[in-house]
Amino acid sequence: MKKIEAVIQPFKLEEVKEALKAIGVDGMTVSEVRGHGRQKGHKEVYRGQEYQVDLLPKVKVEMVVASARADEVVRAVAAAAKTGKIGDGKIFVYDVADAIRIRNDERGEAAL
Amino acid sequence: MKRLFSMLSLSLAGAVQVFSQAATPSPSAALEAGIKSAQMNADNAWMLVSCALVLMMTGPGLALFYGGLVRKKNVLGTMMQSFILMAIATVLWALIGYSLSFADGSSFLGDFRYAFLEGVGADPNTTYAATIPHQTFMTFQMMFAIITPALITGAFAERMKFSAMVLFTILWSIVVYFPLAHMVWGNGGLLNAFLGGKIPCLDFAGGTVVHISSGVSALVCALVMGKRKGYPNEPMKPHSLVLSFIGACLLWVGWFGFNAGSALGSGSLATSAFVATHFGAAAAALGWLAAEWMMHGKPSVLGGISGAVAGLVAITPGAGFVKPMPALMIGFLAGIFCFYMVVKVKHMLGYDDSLDAFGVHGAGGTLGAILTGVFATKDINAPFKDAAGNALPVGLLEGNGGQVVNQLIGVGIAWVIAGVATFLLLKAVSAVTGGLNLSPEEETEGLDLSQHGEEGYNLEA
Repeated sequence: MKKIEAVIQPFKLEEVKEALKAIGVDGMTVSEVRGHGRQKGHKEVYRGQEYQVDLLPKVKVEMVVASARADEVVRAVAAAAKTGKIGDGKIFVYDVADAIRIRNDERGEAAL
Repeated sequence: MKRLFSMLSLSLAGAVQVFSQAATPSPSAALEAGIKSAQMNADNAWMLVSCALVLMMTGPGLALFYGGLVRKKNVLGTMMQSFILMAIATVLWALIGYSLSFADGSSFLGDFRYAFLEGVGADPNTTYAATIPHQTFMTFQMMFAIITPALITGAFAERMKFSAMVLFTILWSIVVYFPLAHMVWGNGGLLNAFLGGKIPCLDFAGGTVVHISSGVSALVCALVMGKRKGYPNEPMKPHSLVLSFIGACLLWVGWFGFNAGSALGSGSLATSAFVATHFGAAAAALGWLAAEWMMHGKPSVLGGISGAVAGLVAITPGAGFVKPMPALMIGFLAGIFCFYMVVKVKHMLGYDDSLDAFGVHGAGGTLGAILTGVFATKDINAPFKDAAGNALPVGLLEGNGGQVVNQLIGVGIAWVIAGVATFLLLKAVSAVTGGLNLSPEEETEGLDLSQHGEEGYNLEA
């Protein structure tokens, strides 16, 4: 099993969800996060007081899928989240040791 | 249409009744009494609305304006500083404040004849306002005594203990506000241009009494209490300019009560002050925005609303003395001047007047007081008369250059009283409450939790 963690632009969330639905991924966890990579932030000015805002709003989408499907899912997310501009985000893939469905104690890929 | 007709016939019937009643004793005396009572009712209606409008400036107006400008951990504490004054200043006013401000006394302070509102009832106080109940006049002035200390809270936002703030504002009202109000507006006050002041200073609705006094005191508070922890390196962005926007617009509307209400009647002087107030705010918003757009490349919403408030401040002393075009000019100049004070001078000098109570109210009030001496005209309001009762020139442009000097003296007196008294009061309060500032832990935690045990936004609740 692989865990796929994608940090994307907030306005791309709907497109990414649609793309995942289209290839049959039916579970995910989404959180609102802040961060930056090479994009850096922007400047805000309040009554002459300048603030450099480094951490920008992003959305993190996490899902765990069967190892065989990981590549397909990564490509779907990347295609949906891409604008081609700096700040589009990153995708990380991890190995997952086990999964447990709390309701009935199923384990492994059966629990996904 | 039917309704309109029935209303018309009703009012006709009323008129007939008035005339038939008037016919019995002495026609002219009854008619005169009827006219007087009609004028009193009209003036009283407008003045009661004005009272409510001025209270609305403090809560919710100022509370929202300031509350939006602080970080979210301080939003309730900041709003509370305005709200508590709606309660404290009211009680203080009823007990001794009105008397010390408006009773006859010395040139500097009233005596205690109106203490506990003794003798302040339905009959007009003809010295101040002959066509409204004395109680209405007292109430209108009370709303000013509420908002003035509330304006100061912008300077020590996010870092003052609630206990110290309460004690300070009570003492400040007694030592600074009541004497200044008496000097400028009280019968026989040193600076009163209408009621026998030795140095006639023009202050229609509180440029000196309200804005200079609060603004200069704010500067002293910022200097004595020091900077907020982490200022100016840590980000201290306004947590909700939406709240500030609503607050500023409520201030704008409420200011019609503040300035036009200061005509103490519903006649043409009220209209003139209303127009000048509105024009001052509009031009100042444009002045601030223009300066900001040129210097920072973007016109901000915070800039626009700050400019409007600066214009309202600056037009306050002259609202009942100047024509519409000078009002536009005073506003525009105030917008640019206050922008410069807030954006440049504050950072150059390095004090942390957190919400710019001095940069807007102190600076705008001072500029407005001086410009009132320039633009005031007898066509609007004539405080000075010769022996035959003819109106004499008022402002510099009418040929009375001495008025600018008088304005400067008035400004100077207000600066000194507010500055010195605030410094001494802060020292005294600090000794009583064991310091003025929150502890560093409390400041990090925020006013809401550390002082009031609650939070403004419980979004997960």
